[in-house]
Amino acid sequence: MAKNSNEEYLKFVIVGHVDHGKSTLIGRLLYDTDSLPEEKVEEIRLVCEMLGKDMEFGYVMDHLEEERDQGITIDTAQVWFNTDKRNYVIIDAPGHVEFVKNMITGASQAEAAILIVDADEGVKEQTKRHAYILSMLGLEQVIVVINKMDLVDFSEERFIEVKKELIHFLENIGIEPSYVLPISASKGDNVAKRSEEMNWYKGMTVLQALDTFEVTPSANESPMRFVVQDVYNFTKRIIVGRVESGIIHKGDNIIVLPSGEETVVASIEEFLAEPTEAETGRATGITTRDKLFFDRGNVVCMQSAPDQLPVVTDTIKARIFWMDKTPFTSGDSIYFRCATQEVTCSVEINSVMNSSTLEPVIFNEGEQAVIKNREVAEVTIKTTKPIAVDNFNEIQTLGRFVLGYDDTCAGGIITEL
Amino acid sequence: MDHLDKLESQSIYIIREAYKQFKDVAVLWSIGKDSTTLLHLVRKAFYGNVPFPALHIDTGYKFKEIYDFRDQWSNNWGIDLVVACNQAALDAGMGPDNSDKLACCTALKTQGLKDCIAEKKFKALLLGIRRDEHGIRAKERVFSPRNRDFQWNYKDQPPELWDQFKNKQAGEEHIRVHPILHWTELDIWRYVQRENLPIVDLYFAKDGKRYRSIGCETCCNPVDSDADTVDEIVEELRTTEVTERSGRAQDKERAYMMQKLRALGYM
Repeated sequence: MAKNSNEEYLKFVIVGHVDHGKSTLIGRLLYDTDSLPEEKVEEIRLVCEMLGKDMEFGYVMDHLEEERDQGITIDTAQVWFNTDKRNYVIIDAPGHVEFVKNMITGASQAEAAILIVDADEGVKEQTKRHAYILSMLGLEQVIVVINKMDLVDFSEERFIEVKKELIHFLENIGIEPSYVLPISASKGDNVAKRSEEMNWYKGMTVLQALDTFEVTPSANESPMRFVVQDVYNFTKRIIVGRVESGIIHKGDNIIVLPSGEETVVASIEEFLAEPTEAETGRATGITTRDKLFFDRGNVVCMQSAPDQLPVVTDTIKARIFWMDKTPFTSGDSIYFRCATQEVTCSVEINSVMNSSTLEPVIFNEGEQAVIKNREVAEVTIKTTKPIAVDNFNEIQTLGRFVLGYDDTCAGGIITEL
Repeated sequence: MDHLDKLESQSIYIIREAYKQFKDVAVLWSIGKDSTTLLHLVRKAFYGNVPFPALHIDTGYKFKEIYDFRDQWSNNWGIDLVVACNQAALDAGMGPDNSDKLACCTALKTQGLKDCIAEKKFKALLLGIRRDEHGIRAKERVFSPRNRDFQWNYKDQPPELWDQFKNKQAGEEHIRVHPILHWTELDIWRYVQRENLPIVDLYFAKDGKRYRSIGCETCCNPVDSDADTVDEIVEELRTTEVTERSGRAQDKERAYMMQKLRALGYM
C-alpha cells in the first residue's frame, strides 16, 4: 500500500461521455498500482469468469445494485491510491447526461482532471459538457486520454484525428490540456506501463503525467479572509469560522464586513492549544478586543490592506450552471450562498447557452427567458442584503456560490463586480 | 497545515455547519475507532464541550469491552449519553442465533435507532462513516437526507458543490451528517496516534489476533495480527492486503453480486 512517505494528496476527477471508459480506467489505475486488495481482485475475476468475459475493471467502482445491473455509474465516488511520488484521491463521475449534477458534485472537489474520449466514437455530447464544466470550475490541470486505442488498431492517424477535433473545442472554452495521451484502459496501454503496440507515441503514461501535476498551492499568500460560521458562548465568547485565504494572527487589526467595524484580534482559540496564528483552511476561532456584534456570514479582513478587501455589494454579474429539473424564470426569489453568507436574491437572465454545443438559446420577442436543466447562463444577481465577495480569479472561495431553494439548483462563479 | 490538520479542519467545519443549522443533533457513538475519533473532533469543534447527546445503539450483544469503555469515557468527557435499545425485540427473542443477520441488524440497530429518533426528535445525526470503508459509502454526501422510513434516495442525491451542504427540508425525517467521510482507515489510526486518543482494547492484538472493525461480539471476527500498539497498527495498515470489514459477517456486497449473476442466468 504505502510506497512513499509523502504527505501530499492530489485529488483528480475522471470525466467524459458515458461508456468511454471512466470506471475501467479507475480500475486499471488501482490494479496497476497494487491498490486493490487481493480479495477484491478475486471477486471481480470470479464475476468476469462466470460471465465469460475478460477481467473488467468497471466493477471496481460501481457498487450500487442498479449500477452493477445496468453497467452505469449513477453517482460520484472517491477512491485512493498512491505512486512512488505521492498519494491520490480519484473522484469518479457519472457520464450519463441525467446525472450531470452528480458529476459537478464530484468535480467541484477536484484540483485536476482526466477527460476521457473513446478513440472509436470520438467527441460526444458529454465530452464537451464535462469539459465545459471543468473550465467553469477553474480546473487548469487537465489530461486528455484518448481511450480504447485497441479498438482502432492503435492507429496514430485516428489518434491525431480525435485529438484535433477535441483540441479545437477545448480552445473555445479556454482549456489547454497539459497532455493528450493514447491509451487502452482495458489492456493497460500507457496507463502505468508504456504501450508496446503504440511505438509511435513517445510521451508519458497516465501515471507519469499525473505525477507532474501540482497540488493546489495554499492561499496563505493571498489577502486574508476569515468567514464566520457561528458565535459560541461556552465559557467565553468565541467567533468561530474558517480562514479561506491568507493567515490571521493574534494582534491583527481587522475589519468586519459588510458592517465595516474595526477591532483587534485578541486571541486565536483552539481546543487545548494556544496558537498565535491560523493559516488558510484552518477551522478556528477568534476573540476580539472590542465586543462587536458578529454574525454568521461576516467576512473578517485586514484593516492594513484597504486595496485588498472584498467588494461589498448587492449586485454581481456571474455565470451559472443550472442543474435542476425545474427551469428558472427571471424574477423568481432564490437563495444565494457564498462561503457562509446566505441571502435571498433576484436573478436577471442576460443570456443562455447550451452547455454542450455552446450555442446560444434564442428567446423570441415577448417570450420569457428561462434557464433549463444543464444550461449555462450569464446573469445579474441582486441580493436583498449586501454581501462581501471577490472575483473568482482572485479568491476562489469567495468568488463562487450556489443558488437554490431546498436543494442547490445552480453553481456559479462571479465574473464581474 | 499537514495532511491530518487538513482532515481535522474540514471535519470541524462540517460539525459546526451541522450544529449551526440543526440544534437538535446527536452524534452516533458505536465506541469504535471512527466514532470515537468523531467524538474527539466534536470536542475540538466546541472547545471541550459536546453540546448535544452521544447516541449509542445497544443491541445487547456488544463486547463487554465496549460497554466498559463507553461508561468510562462518557463520564470522563462529560457526555450526555443516550442509550437506545430495542428492548421489545430482545424480549421477543431476537438475536443473531435465532434469525438471519439482516433481520437481526434491522431489528436491533435500525429499528432501535428509528424509535430513538422518533422519541427524541433529532433532526440531524452525525455519523463516523468513511468513503474508503465500502463502495456504497464512497457514494455518500456529507449532508445526506433520509426520509421517514430511513430510506436513502441514492439515485437522486442533492448536489453538494464545494462546502455548500443541503439545507433542512420540511417533511424529511432527518439529515445524516458525515464529518469524516474524507478520511481513510490509516488516517484514523495516524490521528489516534497523534492525538493520543483512548481506544477500545479489542483493536490491539492478543494471541496473534485483533479486531479491525468492532460491533456485536457475535458477528465480528478478528484478523491475524501481532499489532498490539497504535504504532504497530499504523505500520500494519501501510502494507496490509486485507480489507477492513473482512471480519464483518453482515456485509452484504456478495448478495448484490449474486443478484447480478442471477439476472444474467446464473443459478
